[in-house]
Amino acid sequence: MLKLLWTDILFFILLAGFTVAIARARRLEHLRRPWRKVARSRSAMVSLVILLAYLFIAILDSIHFHPRIEGENGQYRGEVISVLDSWMTPIRTRVEKTYSAPFSSYAYAKEMIRQPDGTQRWDYPRLRYGGAHLSDPERETMGDILRIGTEGLAKGASVWAALALLLAVWRSRLDRIGLTESLTLIARGRTEIPWRAALLTLFLILGIGGMLGELGLYYHVLGTDKVGEDVFYQSVKSIRTGLLIGTLTTFATLPLALGFGILAGYFRGWVDDVIQYLYTTLNSIPGVLLIAAAMLIMQVYMARHEDDFASLALRADFRLLFLCLILGMTSWTGLCRLLRAETLKLREMEYVQAARALGVRQGVILVRHILPNVFHLVLISVALDFSSLVLAEAVLSYVNIGVDPTMESWGNMINSARLEMARDPVVWWSLAAAFLFMFTLVLAANLFADAVRDAFDPRRAE
Amino acid sequence: MSVVSERLEPGAEQRAANALLSVSDLHVSFRQGTELVPAVSGVSFHIDKGETFALVGESGSGKSVTALSVLRLLPHNAQITKGRVMLGSTDLFRLPEYAMGAIRGLRIGIIFQDPMSSLNPVMTVGRQIGEVLRLQRGLQGQAARKRALELLDHVGLPNPERHLGEYPHQLSGGMRQRVMIAIALAGEPDLLIADEPTTALDVTIQAQILELLERLKRENGMALWLITHDLGIVAELADRVAVMRAGRIVEQSGREGFFEHPEHPYSRELFTAMPRLDACLVRPETHHSDPLLVVDDFKVHYPIKRGIFQRTVDYVRAVDGVSFSVAKGETLALVGESGCGKTTLGKGILNLIENSGGRVCFGGADITGLRGEERRKRYAEMQIVFQDPYSSMNPRMIVGDIVEEGLRALHPSMTETERRERVEDLLQNVGLPKDARLRYPHEFSGGQRQRICIARALAVDPKLIVCDEPTSALDVSVQAQILKLLRELRDRRRLSYLFITHDLAVVAELADRVAVMHRGKIVEMGTTRQVLFEPAHPYTRRLLQAVPKLRLEKHREF
Repeated sequence: MLKLLWTDILFFILLAGFTVAIARARRLEHLRRPWRKVARSRSAMVSLVILLAYLFIAILDSIHFHPRIEGENGQYRGEVISVLDSWMTPIRTRVEKTYSAPFSSYAYAKEMIRQPDGTQRWDYPRLRYGGAHLSDPERETMGDILRIGTEGLAKGASVWAALALLLAVWRSRLDRIGLTESLTLIARGRTEIPWRAALLTLFLILGIGGMLGELGLYYHVLGTDKVGEDVFYQSVKSIRTGLLIGTLTTFATLPLALGFGILAGYFRGWVDDVIQYLYTTLNSIPGVLLIAAAMLIMQVYMARHEDDFASLALRADFRLLFLCLILGMTSWTGLCRLLRAETLKLREMEYVQAARALGVRQGVILVRHILPNVFHLVLISVALDFSSLVLAEAVLSYVNIGVDPTMESWGNMINSARLEMARDPVVWWSLAAAFLFMFTLVLAANLFADAVRDAFDPRRAE
Repeated sequence: MSVVSERLEPGAEQRAANALLSVSDLHVSFRQGTELVPAVSGVSFHIDKGETFALVGESGSGKSVTALSVLRLLPHNAQITKGRVMLGSTDLFRLPEYAMGAIRGLRIGIIFQDPMSSLNPVMTVGRQIGEVLRLQRGLQGQAARKRALELLDHVGLPNPERHLGEYPHQLSGGMRQRVMIAIALAGEPDLLIADEPTTALDVTIQAQILELLERLKRENGMALWLITHDLGIVAELADRVAVMRAGRIVEQSGREGFFEHPEHPYSRELFTAMPRLDACLVRPETHHSDPLLVVDDFKVHYPIKRGIFQRTVDYVRAVDGVSFSVAKGETLALVGESGCGKTTLGKGILNLIENSGGRVCFGGADITGLRGEERRKRYAEMQIVFQDPYSSMNPRMIVGDIVEEGLRALHPSMTETERRERVEDLLQNVGLPKDARLRYPHEFSGGQRQRICIARALAVDPKLIVCDEPTSALDVSVQAQILKLLRELRDRRRLSYLFITHDLAVVAELADRVAVMHRGKIVEMGTTRQVLFEPAHPYTRRLLQAVPKLRLEKHREF
């Protein structure tokens, strides 16, 4: 039974909004031109493929439902899981006792093992799931990993080949050329949009994804954490949290920044005074303090209305949504300032004055003349802010005012792993996994934002 | 494509060989995406010691690019594909960049069009000159200061001691241009390149700067390479003239020969297109009696605020009690130098700027006190066309939407098809094709854009159009076309114009009456003939004296 959470619904609304915006932008020349420039940039396309892969996972993880209890007809479990969860089910449910290193068949801590002959031995026990199919892990592991890895790679590569073929067919239809010709063009990198680079990136993603997925059925590829949960699963689950914080916060920021910025710049006078006063005040309160206070209020609210937040998933979701909102409330001021300054400049432009002379209403002027001409700023700053918001989540979770501790997020992973850094031998995999996943996302987002800025910034144009 | 008609005296070959600067077969291209677009194709000329050489051409003809390639200061996407530039016996294109640095400034100085953006706003005049003196003459301390004072005195700044410690924004436009000239002279160059040195300046200042250049050339014995679009300046200064068009020199000859018998059709076109003062003498005087716009004691004051409490201590009187009227079908020209308040007045009448006093009556009714819907509708009967055709259209809208904006605002009941027909009709009226509707403003040239702006203003059937220097950003030949269009529209639709300009020759071409504005007040008003040929006020006389003599000459047919 489908059960969409609030953040899911908002996320899908946002995606729908993006799709509509893209469809609209395709019709307008002045928007199509810079986007074409973005599409021609190799680094932008590579980043875009990575971002789309993250987005794909986040979408899978945003379709929640109550699973059916097997055997009993029409009965649903109380627990809410996502499509991604059910897809990764063996990895999700195989929980060990405690830490274990990546690809290890043994636990990370010694314990008393009762041997078949009844005697007891103080040693590293075998894991319940990781490498359980091996009889002699020391000798067999390497070969086994290679064999299963190749199998996964082959699966990933076949999916990739299908997608690549699909692309070639599409291109050949569009360019009205033969399929082989289209394939050679792409393979030689002679296309206007760098499809070859995009396909290579996709191959890397699908290949590594295939290998990790296949190996994940037999091993804990990135180890397990303190309570024995698979770190690979946690890292993948964190993608949704990171992306949601990056996008939903923007969703909360934009109306405030756009509305206030444009109004202040256009009407000046007392409107400008009030809005400036508002954001200067907000800016002078430390953001962390404000967020901490807001999160506390939210927790009190949840405690008072326990009936409304029956399940753990609901609570975590509400907390995430609230975090997005409060982050949005504290981060609109920068963009607002920027937009105010730009609008101050635009309102003196002669085309705005001409519109006023023509008797065009103020509201129409704002929508038709001011808004489209500040939109490049919005786009640029949204793209740049996204990565800083993903990082902000990690920092906030680290000081315990971020997302719910039960929710998988990179911040929580880092937070729970930090104490183990002092352990000898060191438990490095939680931190490394969180870092790797976050780093890839933020780097891709930054590179993409750079390309977007280059294309849209009028001062850099041509 | 064109024939270079070069008329040189015997022995010219010999002279060209020992010229100060000789440019031969210069080709420059700009990289745009993957292709090379030629900007200069095969330009050859020479400049002798101590002579003034004028390179004349309209915007985009490649004249500035030629100068920049001689100095090797081209933007990074330009490239010199062929050609040779000799300065004396030095081949400039073979010099290493370091040696080129010594050439710039020491042997060749340059001054640009806009003195504000060529001076560093956070450095005093003294330091900017001092820097050049140190780099090029090795002067420091007292010696540098003494030389700087000499230079400032030389370029005719009234108070060199004081100006040395001032910042560029404290100086007027003309003074800044003088400072720029002083900096260019600091290295005592053999050749001074002046790239449109007076275009950004007022007429009276323009005349002074031209005089200064002439004197400096005479006294220092340096050669002057003048780059301009204005034949009036050429006639006053140049010894030899070359006309450039689309990257090629189409005609090259001595001044006398050129002004008496321009050979190339394009040069003749430039002559014919130039507005002249006597234009108002050939057409009959017109009398209009039916007043449409009556402005009475109009004031725009800006408060000057000081102190913590932002108390108003005084006012800047941008427009200070101006009264005039414009009749139906009449054109009143508002003439004055920059800063005299003419643009503020124009915008104030349209209520784009809040006025501080006075009344505006339009079509017999006082419209100053109107509010809300009534005001929106009444004020739309007056429209405005701006100077800069680039910033007066929203770059993110297609032309059709721009033109129909007024229709949408004032006639919301019009259907889509009605509006489209109206827009196509308007575009044809201003001489543009129907399908211009679907294109973006940046796809059009300056003149075409100005046509679109006129169509936008016409869309709401105004009775009066305020034209705020509509032709001063355009080339001479385009200017003539736009003036012709404005005249036609006026006669066909019985429009009235309030024509704001600084160019007296343009006034003569179009206006019925002229009002001269000075420091926020109208100092003289009368028919065009009266004001231009029998001026009463000393300020008007000063303006007229500054007009290049060429524009006073009789209109000629070739």
